[in-house]
Amino acid sequence: MSQPPSITLHVPEGTESDGQEPSPDNERALHTSFHQLILEQSSLIEAGLELELQERDRESPACLATPDACAGAWPEPGQGEEHPSYSSASLQILASMPSRTIGRNLGAIISQYCNRTARLRRRSSRPPLQQLCRAARPSLRQYDLETDPTRATLEDKRRLLVKELLSVSPSQCSHMLLTMPLSLAEKRILRRQLSRQRDPLRQRTHHRAPFSPCGWSKVYVILGCRGLWYRILSLLRTAQPWHYALKQIGGRFGSSVLSYFLFLKMLLMFNFFSFLILLAFVVVLQAVYPPASVSPQPFTGLELLTGGGYFTHSLLYYGYYRNVTLNDPCTSSPKGSMCPLAAPLFPYNLPLAYLFSIGVSFLVTCILLVYSVSRSFRESVRSSMGDLAIKVFCAWDFKVIQRRSVKLQCENICTQLKELLVEHRSRSRSRSCCQCLRHCIVILLAWVLALGCVSGCVLAVHYFSEHMHMVQQEQQAQGSGRWQQEAILLVLPLVVSLLNALMPRLFNLLAMWEKQDSPVTQVYVAIIRNLILKTMVLILLCSQWLSRSVTCSAEECWETCVGQDLYRFMVMDFIFTLLDMLFGELIWRLILEKKLKTKQRPEFDIARNVLELIYGQTLTWLGILFAPLLPAVQMVKLLLLFYIKKTSLMWNCQSPSKPWQASRMSTMFITLLCFPSFLGAAAFLSYTIWSVQPSETCGPFRGLETIYKSGKRWVLVLEKSNPNITWFAWVYQHLLENTWLLFFTSVALIAVIYFNIQVVRGRQRIILLLQEQIAKEGEDKIFLIEKLHCVYKQRDRCS
Amino acid sequence: MGNKQTIFTQEQLDAYQDCTFFTRKEILRLFYRYRDLAPQLVPLDYTDKPAVTLPYELIGSMPELKDNPFRQRIAEVFSEHGDGNMTLDDFLDMFSVLSEMAPRDLKAYYAFKIYDFNNDDYICKSDLEKTVNKLTRNELTPEEVSLVCEKVIYEADVDNDGKLSLEDFQHMIVRAPDFLRSPLFPGSF
Repeated sequence: MSQPPSITLHVPEGTESDGQEPSPDNERALHTSFHQLILEQSSLIEAGLELELQERDRESPACLATPDACAGAWPEPGQGEEHPSYSSASLQILASMPSRTIGRNLGAIISQYCNRTARLRRRSSRPPLQQLCRAARPSLRQYDLETDPTRATLEDKRRLLVKELLSVSPSQCSHMLLTMPLSLAEKRILRRQLSRQRDPLRQRTHHRAPFSPCGWSKVYVILGCRGLWYRILSLLRTAQPWHYALKQIGGRFGSSVLSYFLFLKMLLMFNFFSFLILLAFVVVLQAVYPPASVSPQPFTGLELLTGGGYFTHSLLYYGYYRNVTLNDPCTSSPKGSMCPLAAPLFPYNLPLAYLFSIGVSFLVTCILLVYSVSRSFRESVRSSMGDLAIKVFCAWDFKVIQRRSVKLQCENICTQLKELLVEHRSRSRSRSCCQCLRHCIVILLAWVLALGCVSGCVLAVHYFSEHMHMVQQEQQAQGSGRWQQEAILLVLPLVVSLLNALMPRLFNLLAMWEKQDSPVTQVYVAIIRNLILKTMVLILLCSQWLSRSVTCSAEECWETCVGQDLYRFMVMDFIFTLLDMLFGELIWRLILEKKLKTKQRPEFDIARNVLELIYGQTLTWLGILFAPLLPAVQMVKLLLLFYIKKTSLMWNCQSPSKPWQASRMSTMFITLLCFPSFLGAAAFLSYTIWSVQPSETCGPFRGLETIYKSGKRWVLVLEKSNPNITWFAWVYQHLLENTWLLFFTSVALIAVIYFNIQVVRGRQRIILLLQEQIAKEGEDKIFLIEKLHCVYKQRDRCS
Repeated sequence: MGNKQTIFTQEQLDAYQDCTFFTRKEILRLFYRYRDLAPQLVPLDYTDKPAVTLPYELIGSMPELKDNPFRQRIAEVFSEHGDGNMTLDDFLDMFSVLSEMAPRDLKAYYAFKIYDFNNDDYICKSDLEKTVNKLTRNELTPEEVSLVCEKVIYEADVDNDGKLSLEDFQHMIVRAPDFLRSPLFPGSF
């Protein structure tokens, strides 16, 4: 271990008042005094260096650290090329700089971790000022072991580290031991020293029972718990559903395609929670107390497709649920008459349960969504600079181990780097005015075309639904067969699904014609257009359902009718996804292989598939009020979709060639799920609950003005029954229904958001300042190194 | 703790458990994988600490490493003398660091060592060029490689010394959410 020269600073008197440390402002005085010092010291170390050279020769055969350290501390031939004029002595000093030796030198790592442990014990990053020697610049304060000349040998450093480790808590000690970047052999040496220091008696008796070197006997429990925790963690990882399947997909196609399947899994989880809440509080109870009413129609297979027939008067739809207290034996007796039977002990008010369960399931979904969005946002929002560096170091997807996939991934990275280079070049390249204008016109045209297509589709759906309604009324008037009537009902969902399947491909073609600057923008633009189309169509359908102008206008129980419509839309969406997979992937691959004889396979279009999932989930959320079992249907659909998509992927597809940053895209997808999709469904639900009159003859809210009134009625009943809780009714009336409270809540929320934004901005400014400071320190270092070389050069010249 | 094993002493197993992220069962499983690479070289009894080193060719033929472009560097970084020949301790160390339970800082430290081809504690331009060539299997032209390396250094070098130190690398890794989140050796071994 070379001994770095100890530099103690003697600041000439008179520059500052006595007893005060010179401030870093007096840089000029300090620099010149450094120069003086270096000259002084150089003569002193001359003798010391010769001694060191001799030591080094003796040391190299019996190296403490790896032979690389010894070899590397000596100037390498490569380095000599970079700095041809630097003397070997100065290079030797450079090699033992603290920031340099951290990479390999064992002693440096040990001393660094010793400092870290000491800091941990002290719980501050700097030692108290009294302990520091008086040095001019704060960066010279010698609280780093490396520059402290009195503790230089490896054994000493080890002993010090062991001492520090023993003085921290046992869990911290074991954590330190685990996370130190030392080799396993070195760690075992440390551990043995720890145990020897901790318990010398035990060592002597060679006690065979497991003992822990890091502390007291109860620490064994802690370490056992840690082992148990790791075991639980690894078990949890393997016990997750589809663990192996997801690993398989990630291994062959990378994390971009994997993000689609993870998104699917997340949607399944959301549906599961909604389903559980509704099942427990509404469905099961209604199933136990079925209404004594309509005999159900016989079950034919067509119900699975159309949702009518046998399913109409079943738990699936709103119309089945009663508007009474469930276990009240008096419900069957007519109103107004006295009931001789006693009131039930725990009355279960189904309408209230229905309303609250739906509210709670939406609330739970909202909380889970916001949590997912924030977590994924936090992970993916970083500064946009550095994407090339990140791509080089982080693009290698370590999940991929198959040879073919490895080759594919190399090609992917190659393509991505090339595209990034093109992006950089085009960014730097300035466009001529004419080209800019042309590009703008092309983009404008493309957008006009896209929006035109969207409005065309929406109008088409509108007129088509009116036409189908007329046809349906004609059919009903004519009294045609059940099959025909049901088939008519399926036509509108079919048309909408067809448009949803075809239009995105048209948008892809449009994007290719448009030729955006960067492929990432291309993907974003395609997603936005697809999203606009789906949103517009859904808004049109929702307005039709709520206004009951076209569909369900003839029905008495319009909620069941709307629920059936939504069920049909969901089933059609599923069928079209399957057809799309069949034609888009299987048949296309066969065509490519057999007819065109290329090795290329169809790509898995992640964006389009994820948007289809979001669309399906929006339908579920829209329909939850009208068909409480719809989440179960969606769950079945998602399960089937997972396996079918996985099989099709494995057989037919290749990994996407477009650049993809999995985490940023996942964030975007979750945000899309939260904002247009969930928020829209919540708005639709709120409007239905607040303003739409439920039907008179069916459902749990029959006879009421709006669904919301049931809650209000309940509060009034509560007030009447128990005068002690009038405060509750008062709270409900004056606070929850008062617009002022909502106003103040929104203002407070906006204030909190603004505050957080300002905090983030302030931190970004601090980061910029710190970066400048680091850059300046780097320049200082270079300056000092130059000076050092000058010194040695002069010395060599003089000697 | 019912099954008796005679490969390691209890103290050795405890030491391995304390110094790696593995449980007893996993350590034994890894030992068998190590042994499977060369059954005639690796004894079944490690209680007397035999000095057995497997050559790099055997390590590099493992299915997890076989197609990885950085397999030689990985073996060199974790081996005792930097030549790719690994003892059992080095083998366990490698799996431990690259498992899912290792913290990100530790992984970043070793990743830096892997990318530092000339072992000078800095990722200089030549190191970067080698990295990019390995990543892209020499498909980019030398000008493109040079351009990529210049841009990388420009983006990631904070202290302006023309090469990436460990701190620069760690600073950049903090910004990359996808870095080494998935382990090198997926699933059970």
